[in-house]
Amino acid sequence: GLFVWRLRSTGEPQMACRFVHLYHVANNRLITFQYFNFLKRMYVTQCNKDLSQQAKPKSDSIVSPFHELPQLDQEKKVVHKISPVSPVHQSGSETSSRNELREMKSAAETEDSVVPVGAESKEDRQWKEMKLQLDDLPGILARLSKIKLTALVVSTTSAGFAMAPVPFELACFLLASLGTGLASCAANSINQFFEVPFDSNMNRTKNRPLVRGQISPLLAVCFAASCGIPGIALLTLGVNPLTGALGAFNIFLYTCCYTPLKRMSIANTWVGAVVGAIPPMMGWTAATGSLDAGALLLGGILYSWQFPHFNALSWGLREDYSRGGYCMMSVTHPGLCRRVALRHCVALIGLSALAPVLGITTWTFPVISLPINLYISYLGFRFYRDADRSSSRRLFFCSLWHLPMLLLVMFTCKKSVLEKEDEGNLPRGGHETAVEMRLP
Amino acid sequence: PPAHSHSDWIGPPDKHSNLRPVIFYVPPEESALERRLREARQEAQASNQRFWARHNRAFRQEKEEFIYSRLKAKGLEMRDESGQKATLNAEEMADFYKDFLSKNFKKHLQYNRDWYKRNFRITFLMGQVALVRALRWLRWRKKNVEQ
Repeated sequence: GLFVWRLRSTGEPQMACRFVHLYHVANNRLITFQYFNFLKRMYVTQCNKDLSQQAKPKSDSIVSPFHELPQLDQEKKVVHKISPVSPVHQSGSETSSRNELREMKSAAETEDSVVPVGAESKEDRQWKEMKLQLDDLPGILARLSKIKLTALVVSTTSAGFAMAPVPFELACFLLASLGTGLASCAANSINQFFEVPFDSNMNRTKNRPLVRGQISPLLAVCFAASCGIPGIALLTLGVNPLTGALGAFNIFLYTCCYTPLKRMSIANTWVGAVVGAIPPMMGWTAATGSLDAGALLLGGILYSWQFPHFNALSWGLREDYSRGGYCMMSVTHPGLCRRVALRHCVALIGLSALAPVLGITTWTFPVISLPINLYISYLGFRFYRDADRSSSRRLFFCSLWHLPMLLLVMFTCKKSVLEKEDEGNLPRGGHETAVEMRLP
Repeated sequence: PPAHSHSDWIGPPDKHSNLRPVIFYVPPEESALERRLREARQEAQASNQRFWARHNRAFRQEKEEFIYSRLKAKGLEMRDESGQKATLNAEEMADFYKDFLSKNFKKHLQYNRDWYKRNFRITFLMGQVALVRALRWLRWRKKNVEQ
């Protein structure tokens, strides 16, 4: 939304005729305002599906906001096209200039492949050749692999890595992040490969590359294999076998359990929550090489977070789910949906309190995180009680900033390795302490 | 799509099924394998189209009936004074969505099985066709180099 307004304010050329100028400005405003509303609607509907698929081949949940907003680039194109129109049009009488402008405007609009208002409609109505366009390929693959979701998954992995009580190793960190990112791309691509007819029928997902025929299923599978195999190999050989195994397991869980289960039983939500919980655990095992209590706690926090996030999101998509044949709690067991969301909001408080007990953070963490945990629990309670669209949306949007903030606070309250060593282990040599590198 | 084109063309989403129809290009020297692939894709497209068109139509119809019956129970008309179509809010519609989903559950299970089978088969055939084409191209290249 902000992006749109900014674009609009730049490049308003001088108009000879004031009336025409007003007309032009009004048109622009109308277009961008409608586009903004369109974006807003898309935002809410989109986040969910992908999220709800909680899919996140690794941690989907976080992605939602920017997920699959394809029209933004096209909007930019349109605005740039409109500005060159105006300078050409100069003098003449008011009526003739008005007509000229209208003509040029319509010329500009038909020139563009996409008109912001009813954004995809023009492009959609055309027949397209099903030939792979190489220049579009990066964008297509980015959308196929849900690149933004993947980025969020990788960031939760990094959080897991950062929280591990070991000296920071940059090489290991980068390898783990890259491997996880590749695995996530692979899982997302397979997910889209499986879901083509269903994605076509849901508003949020109908612009995916496979749905639009921009890429063939064969290529999608090959891409998935060429991401997944090197990704897992990288994790197994470059980091450690445990992380590789977790990565492979997560891909399997997401593509072969979660994706088909979505259409069979509401249990998919719980499976999806596990899928989201594994990446930070992978980050932890990448750093320490073992699955200890800290990893499980981090996984537990991500697991619990998924529920308010996803359940709130799915509340607004019930019609699409019902028609598409997806078994989601929000449709079949609405009471359970809200109860579970509330339950897990409260669980987050408990899990945060567990962190100092396990020695991952200092006691300040549960104290500082209490306000945000209480707030999300409060919104969870409101959602439970009111069960309407506004409370679900508020809970969803809260979950979007709640997780990054919680992880950030957790990191700042991390118990330093030095402190731990002072606490009673035999003091290591001086070179050990010099090696420890805190992340900024 | 233009007559001289050598590739498949994909069109806008169908009004009823929301699926995009594909017009398949039939090359003059189509091999048996390629024909099997094309026919599999055509068959899958037709089957998907049938399923979703019927399903979506049923959804719309049942939704209308539900709204009508609920409005009648409340004593309201389909259109209010201003001529706007009366709608129920999301919570009232929730009963319908739940009902619709459970009614069509078995149908979806059957469709899922079919769709997965078809999808795998088509992708596998695509792989075979691609492999054959690649080998053919390599042989042609070798022949050219030798000449």
